[in-house]
Amino acid sequence: MPPVAESSLQVKADFPIFKRRFGGRELVYLDSAATSQKPEVVIEALAEHLRKHNANIHRGVYPLAQEADAAYDGARRRVAEFTGAEPETTIFTKNVTEAINLVAYAWGRANVHRGDAVLITQMEHHANIVPWQILCREREATLRYLEIDEHGEISLDALQAELARGDVALVAFAHVSNVLGTINPVAEMAARARAAGAVSLIDGAQAVPQMPVDVEAIGADFYAWTGHKALGPTGVGVLHGRRELLDSMEPFLAGGDMISSVDFQSATWNELPAKFEAGTPMIAEAVGLGAAVEYLAGLGMERVRAHERELTAYLLERLSQLSGVRPVGPPEADRRGGLVSFTVEGMHPHDVAELVGRSGVCIRAGHHCAQPLMRCLGVGATARASVGVYSQPADIDALIEALAAGREIFGL
Amino acid sequence: MDDLYRDYILEHYKRPRNFGELEPHDLEAHEHNPLCGDELGVHIRVRDERIEELRFQGHGCAISQASASIASEELKGMKLEQVGTLDADWMLELLGIPVSATRRKCALLNLKVVRGAVTGDHAWPA
Repeated sequence: MPPVAESSLQVKADFPIFKRRFGGRELVYLDSAATSQKPEVVIEALAEHLRKHNANIHRGVYPLAQEADAAYDGARRRVAEFTGAEPETTIFTKNVTEAINLVAYAWGRANVHRGDAVLITQMEHHANIVPWQILCREREATLRYLEIDEHGEISLDALQAELARGDVALVAFAHVSNVLGTINPVAEMAARARAAGAVSLIDGAQAVPQMPVDVEAIGADFYAWTGHKALGPTGVGVLHGRRELLDSMEPFLAGGDMISSVDFQSATWNELPAKFEAGTPMIAEAVGLGAAVEYLAGLGMERVRAHERELTAYLLERLSQLSGVRPVGPPEADRRGGLVSFTVEGMHPHDVAELVGRSGVCIRAGHHCAQPLMRCLGVGATARASVGVYSQPADIDALIEALAAGREIFGL
Repeated sequence: MDDLYRDYILEHYKRPRNFGELEPHDLEAHEHNPLCGDELGVHIRVRDERIEELRFQGHGCAISQASASIASEELKGMKLEQVGTLDADWMLELLGIPVSATRRKCALLNLKVVRGAVTGDHAWPA
């Protein structure tokens, strides 16, 4: 099998972790859907902030504090620009989980009523399931699921039928599935939700790192994503919200920085986005994320998408050539993001991951925080290989070789 | 020869002893491994305060299936009061392979299930 042509992006050298060796072997990192590796510019931006510009924000009047303010606000502007959003409606959260919980608590508790429904899909991550379970239980609402078909895709007709029941207060769905790789028609889904009077929330954790995302064009009411999967540090996520909704909502967490003034018995809320950022935020991490999106914008997200599509097609092709290996999700790379989950007949996914790990190949195995989806697929777990901007066809060749060696150990 | 996936481990994985249903049974329990979502259940028939017969049900990785299979042969005939005293070391020594911290629960799931059925203690074996 000849390797595919040199892939369109060649940026591994920008990522210092790839200098490491594991038992003399190179690192073959195919777990970018769990977290991405970090380019030197991000590591440097984070360190530089801590080294030279560290002070708390929105409090100090001295020059160093002003530098810290400028760095944090500048990071927000860069992040908002990267996703086509406004800085004031771009809220930094800890991660996607916190962003979704913010909406579930601050919007959901005031706007989901007894007898209403929250509609999600069978392919959601636990972060986009459990907050809605809790909300629905509290509000005596029902949680309904859009089913996936045999290719791991949902049908717009089914969405339409659910919305036509007239009780849906909120529709929440992944932009790109972290297990199936499915790219959902998010703009169309958000438009249909709006037409039916429902609010929409998109979990963009797997989309923002690998394809152009313009939240204004998509038109969802809430769009959440996280920094650490998009070449940034851990501890910083993003929630983009529609201004009227954010204005109408009560705060999620209360404390410092989110207030306008505090009296003995009451307080008034700060303006957006500070209203939803109680306490000292993740300043250095936000600065690191600013550097990450600048790096991604420099590569060009169209190119990033083309690169990952090409690698995904190659990954699907090579996996399909191994007997007993069954990929799940859409059959064509055009309809999926940069990951492929698969099962190996006669081998449990954990054994697959453990065995390829011996060759320095990092893949994920388990339920990927999507246990309801695993039940739909009729498996307990899958193995998952996922690519990033730094991935190369040779990484996939290494996985295939390691898989073949693992199957041999199992006598398959 | 692989350190972890030794021949006897793979042999127990592919042909696990004492798997299936056991009817009638006196004791049963069902547990899952939060790491991977794997599930394991057990049926136990008791006679004279001993495990007369037992059967495991469920699916899992080579480590969890082989552990259950190997343990089942030791558990058969064991006094119930002794089951409560079995700890993680008992299982890991029986297994005889170096189990990493992340795979430890795979190896201990069967003991958790059996102890749960016999003593009602559903904690992970220490």
